[in-house]
Amino acid sequence: MSTSPITPELVAKHGLSPEEYEKVLSILGREPSFEELGVFSVMWSEHCSYKNSRPELRKFPTTGPSVLVKAGEENAGVIDIGDGWAVAFKIESHNHPSAVEPFQGAATGVGGIIRDIFTMGARPVFLMDSLRFGSIEGETEQSKTNRRLFAGVVAGIAHYGNCIGLPTIAGEVYFDESYSGNPLVNAFCLGILRHEQIARGAAKGVGNPVFYVGAETGRDGLAGAAFASRELTEESKADRPAVQVGDPFREKLLLEACLELLASGCVAGIQDMGAAGLTCSTCETASRGGTGVEIDIQLVPKRAQGLSPYEVLLSESQERMLVIVNKGQEEQVKQIFEKWDLPYASIGFVTDDGRMRVRNGEKIVVDVPARALADDGPLYSRDAAPFVPPSQIDLSTVPYSDPLKALPALLAYPSIASKRWVWRQYDHMVRTGTAVLPGSDAAVFVVREAGKILAAATDCNAIYCRLDPKLGASIAVAEAARNLACSGAVPIGVTDNLNFGNPHKPENFYQLRAAVEGISEGCRAFNVPVTGGNVSLYNESPAGAIDPTPTISMVGKIDDVSHITTQTFKAAGDRIFLIGETGSELGGSHYLLVIHGRKEGAPPVLDFLKEIAIHKALLALIRKGVVRSAHDCSEGGLGVALAESCFGMGLGASIELVATNQRTDVLLFNETQGRIVISVAPSDEKAAAAELAKAGVPFRCIGIVTAEPELSITTGESIYAWPVNSLVEVFENAIPSLMES
Amino acid sequence: MRCAVIQFPGSNCDTDCQAALLSFFGVEAEIVWHKKTSLAGYDAVVLPGGFSYGDYLRCGSIARFSPIMDAVRLAASTGVLVLGICNGFQILCEAGLLPGTLMRNRSLLFRCEHIHLRVESDASPFTSVLHHGQVLRIPIAHGEGSYFADPETLRALDVNKQILFRYCDDRGNVTPEANPNGSLENIAGICSHGRNVFGLMPHPERVCDSVLGGTDGRGVFQSMIEWVADHRSSAIKQG
Repeated sequence: MSTSPITPELVAKHGLSPEEYEKVLSILGREPSFEELGVFSVMWSEHCSYKNSRPELRKFPTTGPSVLVKAGEENAGVIDIGDGWAVAFKIESHNHPSAVEPFQGAATGVGGIIRDIFTMGARPVFLMDSLRFGSIEGETEQSKTNRRLFAGVVAGIAHYGNCIGLPTIAGEVYFDESYSGNPLVNAFCLGILRHEQIARGAAKGVGNPVFYVGAETGRDGLAGAAFASRELTEESKADRPAVQVGDPFREKLLLEACLELLASGCVAGIQDMGAAGLTCSTCETASRGGTGVEIDIQLVPKRAQGLSPYEVLLSESQERMLVIVNKGQEEQVKQIFEKWDLPYASIGFVTDDGRMRVRNGEKIVVDVPARALADDGPLYSRDAAPFVPPSQIDLSTVPYSDPLKALPALLAYPSIASKRWVWRQYDHMVRTGTAVLPGSDAAVFVVREAGKILAAATDCNAIYCRLDPKLGASIAVAEAARNLACSGAVPIGVTDNLNFGNPHKPENFYQLRAAVEGISEGCRAFNVPVTGGNVSLYNESPAGAIDPTPTISMVGKIDDVSHITTQTFKAAGDRIFLIGETGSELGGSHYLLVIHGRKEGAPPVLDFLKEIAIHKALLALIRKGVVRSAHDCSEGGLGVALAESCFGMGLGASIELVATNQRTDVLLFNETQGRIVISVAPSDEKAAAAELAKAGVPFRCIGIVTAEPELSITTGESIYAWPVNSLVEVFENAIPSLMES
Repeated sequence: MRCAVIQFPGSNCDTDCQAALLSFFGVEAEIVWHKKTSLAGYDAVVLPGGFSYGDYLRCGSIARFSPIMDAVRLAASTGVLVLGICNGFQILCEAGLLPGTLMRNRSLLFRCEHIHLRVESDASPFTSVLHHGQVLRIPIAHGEGSYFADPETLRALDVNKQILFRYCDDRGNVTPEANPNGSLENIAGICSHGRNVFGLMPHPERVCDSVLGGTDGRGVFQSMIEWVADHRSSAIKQG
């Protein structure tokens, strides 16, 4: 054992509380070595142990007849999609690394989530991203920094995803002051596999050799998991060594080698080295296998001179895997690694004593019970502040704003504006499956080897979540489901990324707890299991916590290619229907934020039963083949949804809204939930109306698609009209003009 | 047609090309690992897109030293069809099988989108089923696709009608605005003097399926298949 004295200062520097250190002492029955202290520190960080969130996460519905691997069981959940095929998918954050080094931070976020998927034995097929930055408008130092972060993150995602050959097919980008200094980078990956190919991260078979394969270990990313579990401060830049450096080419080789290896039948268990690197992978595989693992640090391939055992254990160098090989099949495994020119070494073996034991040659530097380290970390239930419900917006305090100007202003607002500047940098067509390109409600991907059509969307309106965390989180689930329905898909699973501030602050902990409850209610209502996800706490900058951002990524299935639906109006003369009722609430709306500078009020009401009835009715119509286009109303309300539906085919729309005593700005830009704009051929108008009436959902024919590229909206006495080209121009140019100036 | 799709470390459009050939033309394309040294018996060779060796150093500059490249050179010299798509085009230029080079996009950003191409010559094994002046809609996805060659080389390409595709607008006008990457003379694809080696930046394999946004890419593969059927005897039998 190491003889470095363990002082209270050293314990504190490792982020362990005095109580947690007491627990370490009682588990070991002695004082830990310096290496052991490091090992406990990273494994018991929030990032690895979920010590502040695990009791909350238990509220998620995680089971269902199609769930093959449950949330928390392995690196990612697995869902049956029929005919012996399954999907593995997950979202994960890389917020803190991206704040200090946006390019590498985002790139390695993508690399990490891809490894989580192929560790399951699945071939990764597509990516999505959910991104949040501070405002990129204006010439302040902060907005320049935000633009640099935005550009760097997008370039980093592009670098990694493009090189490894996975299409980034959907995502979302929002800009809000609360993310200044603490951007959010959540990366999603989905992979496909046969049921019998599911691989396990368990160290099975006492005596089996443990192989290390992939990039050599360096000093990058030292104790990154612990870094990610702190608030960002002015001094965080000094943490740059905690950010890893990605090598997508190495990962491509690793990916192909691992899939070949898993197909060979030589593997007893496999686990990627992500957060907490070698430490996490050894103790987790041992814990899952009910076994022990013994490794020798001296055998680990290294790229830096003079790495100490502590550094090797805590390094988060990327593109590395731990593989437990069936004894006797080592030669076959070596041949595959050699084919792909990957460094590898046999660094240890599976034991039967339940211990994670690390040697440095003859000397034992770590000897701890694996299960206690991996699964018996501390758990906390923090104090939650009482919730003060937001009050309704008094419309008399909101001056009327001319819709003629408000609509282009909303379309030019970076959170609503076209994200083409972003996704044009991503290869979104490689693997030849992208049937609906980025920019529609949900991306649609045809998995040719399985003959299956998948849809995916990622959503979270964090303004709603800030004003009412539980309702906002439920709305995120409902919106994701609505987006899938608009593409013709039925949801099959959810992965969530919970991005919050420091949980020690009661208002933040309330947000976390309420959001989990909101997601749980939403997922139960839609009967979709949560298959896993990620928690990122301590998202704070010196200015305070971010708006709570529980990102929802939902995956759905489409039965037939003829059901694939997009948001764009397709032909002049088609009838436009609005499904769902329009209310008058402005709370939390982008109209209130963008035009009036107010981020307040009660978010729109959500009625699950009505919402579900509408999705079902829409899907029934799509399956009958009568829906030409479908687009949900979200940020910017009906006005923005109608404008976006006009984009893409050079068409326009003539809309007539029934005269009410409602203000036109409220009518066009409120964000009442559960509304979908569809278009149908004139010959299908009656059938569509009859079908919707039969389903008992509110709807109204509000206009027709026109050959003239003009959007005109009549409300009572007034007519508002915009040339579609001028709307396209503000929508498309908003982000490029900010980024290329 | 027997077709080989070369798999370099970092190739990522290899299975896309293989699937397109099989699904839409019934051609059994075989993935050939870059450490192999023979291409005997193949009528056509595809160097697919991707990031061979990570595109570290310079695109295609390491892949050209792969063991398989001697066999590619031999195949090219004996008249076998060699098609390089995107990274494959870059490798063919680095290997000296096609003239010129591909530089960083003018915007300095990676660009993935559908663009339009005008067929500049239908007198080649890769464009014979297309017609001169035809406009195709095919996606690009590259960061380094700006074609460059010295004036003398450009003149020779022009005179010999080796330029097979140029970037154009949707009506076939070759304009600076329609040039997505800054290529000289809007060049999107060129063939060798012997016309059996062809490199292009756009991805025809991505537009063979109407579900995936069009079938304008089929012409390139269809031309190759018909040419091989007509010239089967010229395929190499020894490697």
